[in-house]
Order: sequence, then C-alpha cells, then structure tokens
Amino acid sequence: MALTSFPVELIRADFPILAEKIRNKPLVYLDNAASCQKPNAVIDSISHVYRHEYANIHRGVHTLSVRATDKFEAAREKVRGFINAASSKEIIFVRGATEAINLIAQTYGKANIKAGDEIVITAMEHHSNIVPWQMLCEQTGAVLKVASMNIQGELLYNEFASLLNNKTRLVAVAHMSNALGTINPVELIIAAAHAHNIPVMLDGAQAIPHLAVDVQALDCDFYVFSGHKLYGPSGIGVMYGKQALLEAMPPYQGGGDMIKTVSFEKSTYAGLPHKFEAGTPSIADVIGLGAAIDYLNEIGMANIAAYEAELLDYATQQAKQIKGLRIIGEAGDKGAILSFVLDRIHPHDIGTMLDSLGIAIRAGHHCAMPVMEFYGVPATARASFAMYNTRQEIDVLMNGIESLIDVFELS
Amino acid sequence: MFEDLRDLYQEVIFDHNRNPRNFRVIADADRKVEGFNPLCGDRLTLYLKMDGDRIVDASFQGSGCAISTASVSLMTEIIKDKTEAEAEALFKTFHEMTTGKSEDIQLEAVGKLAVLAGVREYPARVKCATLAWHTLDAALKNQQQPVSTE
Repeated sequence: MALTSFPVELIRADFPILAEKIRNKPLVYLDNAASCQKPNAVIDSISHVYRHEYANIHRGVHTLSVRATDKFEAAREKVRGFINAASSKEIIFVRGATEAINLIAQTYGKANIKAGDEIVITAMEHHSNIVPWQMLCEQTGAVLKVASMNIQGELLYNEFASLLNNKTRLVAVAHMSNALGTINPVELIIAAAHAHNIPVMLDGAQAIPHLAVDVQALDCDFYVFSGHKLYGPSGIGVMYGKQALLEAMPPYQGGGDMIKTVSFEKSTYAGLPHKFEAGTPSIADVIGLGAAIDYLNEIGMANIAAYEAELLDYATQQAKQIKGLRIIGEAGDKGAILSFVLDRIHPHDIGTMLDSLGIAIRAGHHCAMPVMEFYGVPATARASFAMYNTRQEIDVLMNGIESLIDVFELS
Repeated sequence: MFEDLRDLYQEVIFDHNRNPRNFRVIADADRKVEGFNPLCGDRLTLYLKMDGDRIVDASFQGSGCAISTASVSLMTEIIKDKTEAEAEALFKTFHEMTTGKSEDIQLEAVGKLAVLAGVREYPARVKCATLAWHTLDAALKNQQQPVSTE
C-alpha cells in the first residue's frame, strides 16, 4: 500500500491524545515502543464496561456477571483469532509480557529444567527476557547461553544454532528487539530448535503491533505480548502456549478461578485456560484489548506493516543526512524503531531538548543494558513509530535534532 | 528554538559541558568515590586531595549528560579550598536549590552554581545535577561504595 493511500489522518482522529499540546507545541509521540496511545474504540469500550457490563466473571448467575463473562471470553476469542491460535484455551491472560515470561520460567521451567540444562537467549533481549531465566538458573542450577549479534544488530544465526544441543531445554528469543528494531529470523530459529526437540518461546512484546503474527504458521511453542503496546490498556497481556504444553505445566499462582475443587486435604485444578488465571483478572482491560484487536483488524496488520516500513525508510534516510548522528541497529530486517546517538550529546539532553519541542522520544538503556554495553554507549535516544505517525512528524523530529546539535555546538 | 529551555541549559552549562574543568585524575587523592546512575548511564569518579579538613584539590573523570557534567565540573571548582563543613553546607544549599524544597534560597550563597537552579522545573533531571554532590557527600564521609541518585 502506498504511503498516500494509508488513511493515517483518519486513524489519527481516532486517538484523542494526539491532539494534546505539549509545552505549547503539537504532540509528536515517538515513544511507541515503550507504550502506544489508545484509540477511542478502546477508551470507550472500557468506559462502557464499567457503565453497563461490569461484574465479576465466571461466578454469579446474575445477568451482569453473565454479560461480563461473555464479553471477557469473547475478547479471548478475539486474541485467538488475532494470532491464529488453534484454540482459545491456549490464550492465557496475564499482566503483560513480563509476567508471561515469569510464568513460563516458574511453571514450565521449574518442571522441565534441571541442573546442567541450558536455556538459549540472544544478545539483544530485553531485561524481561533475561532476568526471569537468570532467576530460574539460580533456582535450578541450569545455565543461560547467549547467542551473539553483529554490529548491525543481527543475530549470528550459525552461532545460535551451534549453541543448541541435547542439554538445551528452551530457546527464548525476542521476535523483534525493542532497543534495535531487529526482527529475528524466527522461522529459522524455531526450525533449528525443533530439530533438537527444543521448544521455543517468542517474546512478541515489540513485534505484535507491527507484524501479522500466526502462531500456528510459526509453530512456536509459546508467544507472549503486552496489551499496552498493541494500542490496548496497560496491565493486561497474553501468554500463548500450545495446549499440550500448557496442560502438562503446573499452575502458576493458586487462588480462586483456577481450581476445580478445594478441600483442606487437596485441591484439584481447573482446566485451560483458567488453571493459569487465579484471582479476579483485569476484566475491563481484557475487553479493552479485544476492542483494540477489532480496531486493528479493520485497518489490517499487513497495511500497518507496509505503512510503517515506509515511515522507517524515510526516517532512516533523513537521519543519515545528519552529521554526527549514528544509528544503533541497522539490521536488514527491521521494525519501526530508530535508535541513535549523537556525537558528544548525551541522550538525556536530546530527550529534554526534543521534549521542549513537543516531541516524545525515549532516552536511556531501554531495559537492554547488555545491548548498550555491546555498542559501547551508556544510552541511546530512540524514536519508535506507530501507525498514526506521519512523515511530517519525522520532519519535525529531524529539524529538532539538527537544531539541538546547533545549540550544543554554537552557544 | 529552545527558548523554553533557557533556564535549564544556560551558557555556563554548555561551556562546562564542552570544556569540563578539573577533568583529570589526582594520583595521590585522599578520597576517591564513584557516582553512577545506571538508568541514565551518568558515571563519574570524584577525587579529593585533603589537607586536614580542607579540600586542597578536587577533580573528576567520567561521562554523562550536559547537566551532570556541568554540575560536577562547577562543583570541583567551587569546593577547592573549602573546609569539609563549608562543602557540606554548600551541598545542603545546592540540594535545596535543585529540589525546590526551600522557596527563598540565597542564590548568592551558591555563586556560579545558581545556573543549575533551573533543574528544579525538570524533575526527571534533578538526579543528573545532584549526582556529583551526593558523591562528594559520600567522599566527605569517607564512604567507599558507589553513589547513585536514581
């Protein structure tokens, strides 16, 4: 789809916050990799739940509870369709990608990973796909193996493949890197791991708003993501797992909703997906996530991906014109993230200066300290794009960067 | 273009960021403490040479944003030839100035450091300005462990 035919202005009109003024300037929101803004469809659906449909789910026989339960389970079905899972039983609601990874580490991991076993991740993981595995390794005596990347930020696939052996129990890889934008060759990764009968978890937190994801076509064993990066509410996320794996896994937290029967002698656990959903979930937010998915389906993930690819190309070309700017992360296959550093100007100064122009970017280590270490920088500035960003906004960003370079050099 | 930021990024700050003062190691330093804000990546090592309770030389090495670099550079200038008690008093005043807890700070009392008063309007950047001073505080108390203001 050509840039001009993507209905970006119509989409922008659906996001009320984009009309905000920041420091008396129109907001240019380029911190989407941290969290996306919400369309009216999501905001209204949450408000509608609390006004007309709210009660606890899976409990009462009363009408409101039934209504809330129906909406909640309908949202689960929407998530299933969105990632093309085989069954809605494979869709577990959690707080976010972070909780999903912790869940997998503490249930699947504890049940299947023992001292001397190995877990393989990559050098570009977010802290949330490093620390839960380190904790599991401390608990079990397992060993964390890290596959390297090249200076473009691309996984060294051959090195990755050489790490797989009969001690490897799990591969856990970012589908797309939050710090670099790299999209990993997940089809190859999954095929290589499966050749050794090793299951693969994909951290889809960054990929999910940018790419069409089909968990059956990928044949991944687990796929996790957060709702708030998918234009949905914060505090809700999804763990997808293949049904056979989920059934064999012990429960995560104990409590209401996850049991079949309870006595003081012994309790039995509910079936999927409820086994992993102890306690009252974030009901309205699950329904809001369903509304976000409806909204995205209307636009079409393929159209979004094509539009964002053109935005990234444009931003990359413009950035390369700026003297003293170094792009961090230049993988051949890349999502809409532009991480960069400027000669002798710290990312936090860049962040504050751009903020004064109404431009929101992220400055820092992006929860990926090992990535910063690899590139020898304390932090980067990161502009991350969403389907509602425009070429004009990229121009505002680039003008801002050029102006702040002038201020630092001339004043 | 950056009119709104004049109070934060004053000329003195750009000057000290471009040409940090006392940017060197004191080989025979009596005190040496590291300040590190891992979230920002601001990192400095502060060196003090003492004569009794008087700071006779101060220097630093490290890297950080303009605010943290200017803050530590200015600090090494101003604390030279101050007693420990005088330096502690400056720390206290500086802290009050940058965190905005006191309305009527005597800006004359802090001299050139007043250029950093603007940081109080930028809560996310206060930790940049105060890292140097908390590191100094630790050095004066003869503490060894790295300091953070995050």
